[in-house]
Amino acid sequence: MPDSSSIPGDWRWLDADGLQILIDLLRGRGFRVVGPRIADGAIVIGDIDSAAQLPTGWLDDQDGGSYRLRQDKAAGTFDHVVGPHSLKNFLFPARETLQHWTRDDRGWHDTTPAEPPRPLAVIGVRGCDLAALAIQDRVFLGGDHVDPAYKARRERLFLLAVNCRRAAATCFCHSMGCGPAAGPGFDLALTETDGRFAVETGSEAGAALLAELAARGSPVTPAEILDEAAIEQVRDIPRRLGREMHARRAEPGRPVPRSLDTDGIRDLLFSNLEHPRWQQVADRCLSCANCTLVCPTCFCSSVSDVADLSGDHASRERQWASCFTLEHSQMHGGNARPTVASRYRQWLTHKLAGWIDQFGSSGCTGCGRCITWCPVGIDLTAEVAAIREAPTP
Amino acid sequence: MTLPAPLSYPPPESLDPGSPWHARPARIDRVRDESADVRTMVLVFEQARDRRDYRFLPGQFNMLLLPGIGEAAISIASDPEHCSAVAHTVRAVGSVTHALARLEVGDQLFVRGPFGRPWPLEELRERDLIIAAGGVGLASVQAAICHCMTHRGDYGRIAVLHGAKTPADLLCRSDYGRWRDHGIDLHLIVDHAAPGWQGPVGFVPQLLDRLEIVPSETSLICCGPEPMMEAVARRSIAAGIDPDQIFVSIERLMACASGLCGLCQLGPFFICKDGPVLSYDRIGPWLAVPHL
Amino acid sequence: MTTVATAKKPRLAVFKFASCDGCQLQLLDAEGQLRAIADQVEIDHFLEARSRSLPGPYDIGLVEGSISTPADIPRILEIRRQCRFLVTIGACATSGGIQALRNWGQVDEFLGAVYATPAYVQSLEKSTAIADHVPVDFELRGCPIDTRQLVELVSAVVVGRRPRVPTYSVCVECKMRGTVCVAVARGIACLGPVTQAGCDALCPAHDRECFGCFGPSQQPNLVSLNGFYERQGASRERLGRLVQSFNAWSPEFHAEHDRLAGGPDTEADR
Ligand SMILES: Cc1cc2nc3c(=O)[nH]c(=O)nc-3n(C[C@H](O)[C@H](O)[C@H](O)COP(=O)(O)OP(=O)(O)OC[C@H]3O[C@@H](n4cnc5c(N)ncnc54)[C@H](O)[C@@H]3O)c2cc1C
Ligand code: SF4
Ligand code: SF4
Ligand code: SF4
Ligand code: SF4
Ligand code: FES
Repeated sequence: MPDSSSIPGDWRWLDADGLQILIDLLRGRGFRVVGPRIADGAIVIGDIDSAAQLPTGWLDDQDGGSYRLRQDKAAGTFDHVVGPHSLKNFLFPARETLQHWTRDDRGWHDTTPAEPPRPLAVIGVRGCDLAALAIQDRVFLGGDHVDPAYKARRERLFLLAVNCRRAAATCFCHSMGCGPAAGPGFDLALTETDGRFAVETGSEAGAALLAELAARGSPVTPAEILDEAAIEQVRDIPRRLGREMHARRAEPGRPVPRSLDTDGIRDLLFSNLEHPRWQQVADRCLSCANCTLVCPTCFCSSVSDVADLSGDHASRERQWASCFTLEHSQMHGGNARPTVASRYRQWLTHKLAGWIDQFGSSGCTGCGRCITWCPVGIDLTAEVAAIREAPTP
Repeated sequence: MTLPAPLSYPPPESLDPGSPWHARPARIDRVRDESADVRTMVLVFEQARDRRDYRFLPGQFNMLLLPGIGEAAISIASDPEHCSAVAHTVRAVGSVTHALARLEVGDQLFVRGPFGRPWPLEELRERDLIIAAGGVGLASVQAAICHCMTHRGDYGRIAVLHGAKTPADLLCRSDYGRWRDHGIDLHLIVDHAAPGWQGPVGFVPQLLDRLEIVPSETSLICCGPEPMMEAVARRSIAAGIDPDQIFVSIERLMACASGLCGLCQLGPFFICKDGPVLSYDRIGPWLAVPHL
Repeated sequence: MTTVATAKKPRLAVFKFASCDGCQLQLLDAEGQLRAIADQVEIDHFLEARSRSLPGPYDIGLVEGSISTPADIPRILEIRRQCRFLVTIGACATSGGIQALRNWGQVDEFLGAVYATPAYVQSLEKSTAIADHVPVDFELRGCPIDTRQLVELVSAVVVGRRPRVPTYSVCVECKMRGTVCVAVARGIACLGPVTQAGCDALCPAHDRECFGCFGPSQQPNLVSLNGFYERQGASRERLGRLVQSFNAWSPEFHAEHDRLAGGPDTEADR
């Protein structure tokens, strides 16, 4: 019987074995479980079947155009921050088939198979990524038209979030109001402290899972519910980091994170559409599109109609698009954004200004991915600061 | 495109149920070659349900899909009171439009839509209308012209201004008589004259000078290349028409037509869902920024 | 674009100039698939694959190899006359190929070093792209070309639509595969950001940097990229070698090589 005392807002202690049981339970329920794993010199999001695959003891040093892993005995399981992958890679995959078509002598027929996607559980989701998910939800689910493929995946998602204890030099979630504390939007959230995890319940699904875990007689003691004082202490862990980030003051050995002044940012950018800074950044920008593709909120896509060699089978293939490519703005009469400056301006003004008109929030969560994974380290916070410093008169 | 008499006007709420990717099968019923590279085709939905339920408003567009070849945004150019057959006027400029313009009677194609915001014709009742169209931009105002003929008494004076490269490129030539019969003041202009052409040579904005405009009572709807629309808008504003009474239909690359793919953006707007029709007081400042 | 959609099956011809045959291997690989395009093309001239050869004119001409000898010039002019839609395939045809490395030296010196009787070898001073001599309707990049792009090209041309061959960077494919960037995560100078996609980011997916097989991408900013790599410690010599390979004689890579080799530094003051 599930323990009905485990309701959203409930807190429990979990140890490392408990984490493994959680993974097993999710897998037992048919979830594909993914989470942070080391691969090719970075912490990516990959399949997890054992808690031992999590990057315990590893840290990531990030800066403009640079990412390096290093071991640190003092580091916990989740003291790294975000890597090149995000929830977007799973909920809005880079390539997907929207429709299949088959032709017979009466014509074409939509023969798209109706296959519900496999449920997905993601371990280690940060505050910034929950915020990014909420932003993509507004794009794909919040308008007059709902994207059915995204919706199907979104409805089968379980999120095991993490409250950050450490920020990278590229993080500025505090400026965007998206972190470092995780939530809302998770099923369960972990806060690592003294070698164990405080688990906060954020949904009925999370509560049910935790109850099952408790009932299985795991090392987690059902009685070990956190008392008020302990909850406050745990809650203060990400808060402390947040204060540190706001003060732009790091403890020794920790990087000073970036920050972004968002005050009046929409009007600032929209009244500087012809600022010389766009050309200055275009001199450095490669228009390679990395920033948009790693950004967890960018949602642009294109659709290609392809036919197989017999000509009797066709499909509609959706793939990520980026406003940094000429393909994004190519029209038969010419290109709407033929210059790198105009494309960099599209990215920055869409993220930080137009998004507010379109979806009621910024399109940026402060995750810092676009800074780290830009091959030449272009930093949007620096670009905004430069315009703020010397706006067009 | 001439289709039989009106029945009732469809409510916009009944538009497009279900997935935005759902495409309705249709067949080409009739074609009419307008010029060397422009063809009008009337299509009829294959399924009775679509013939019964499909509704659109003037200024909206469909995504026309040829499986394995591609899809293009094309304005709906027929009478909105007759949605069981839908007309499209297509100019062959690239891959998809060439393939569309090659379709013959009986050929199959798929229709997603309708999409986008229409011309605000209901709000323009009682007013004088100037309808300005450059080239295949006429496609986007044809449905509006149909509407105005049906509801002729609801509007004041109506002028249609149409320009094309040469006299042979003027579109819908067989409809002009009927337009004039409905009291529409038609003005044509071409970039390059040809033998037999007696009309003016030049660009659409110049035609505005031939009209007697009562600015406070006039609204303008306009579709054509962007520089043409901007020139028309500037001249109309100079003639005293309010920017919020000027409506333009904007073209951008589109993959989804439903606010999901991000390709059609112009400043803060998604042209597919905030447009394609936008009033000039809203879109003008953004059009003025190069390469936005 | 030009389309070749015709009532009859389009006639395809394949021609070879100075090249290593790698692209033809891709062609032979793809030949089964090409025929399967509902038997839609008639392969009327493909000497390397079959002896039957029918005279032109052809609807589609695929040209492999660079212009390297005096005899190549009248031949390519005639091929252009015979083909309605002329496509260059591979780095040799689109930029002059690896053999264009000789363009930096004195051709006689190479000949003397390589051939016993250099007098018998007729060679132009420079190995150049087909497009330097005749108008070209479409390019398929790569060393070698990618079979999928070749099939895409022919299927598109047969139905009369524009072939979907991206001109954006290799990075786009790299990110779509989910590959970890070798430049950012390991500090290896990678040409991906300035190289045209098409290989599905093969090398970075196998832990190697991109070597630029598909030539420069749209509006490549080599000066900024190499400036960054230099500040990270890469030598100009290594960066210069990176651009001086299969597409060395493409205008963008060529200019960047010469800049790194000591030409004027046009990089904006940073
Ligand atoms: C709201 C709206 C209404 C419209 N109404 C009409 C109408 O009624 N009648 C009409 O004729 N037209 C209309 N159009 C214009 C019509 O949609 C375009 O002409 C059509 O989409 C062009 O498609 P195409 O494939 O024929 O042209 P192409 O130019 O071949 O294709 C354009 C597509 O190809 C790609 N492309 C083109 N060149 C390149 C390149 N160099 N590299 C990479 N990719 C490239 C682009 O990504 C784009 O998707 C309308 C457009 C809009 C937005
Ligand atoms: S714009 Fe950059 S920092 Fe902001 S959410 Fe996107 S990747 Fe993260
Ligand atoms: S337009 Fe550019 S910045 Fe905006 S969502 Fe698309 S790719 Fe991202
Ligand atoms: S900002 Fe950086 S990642 Fe983005 S397109 Fe420019 S160079 Fe590439
Ligand atoms: S590995 Fe090379 S191709 Fe891939 S993203 Fe990095 S720079 Fe681009
Ligand atoms: S066409 Fe896709 S968002 Fe407008």
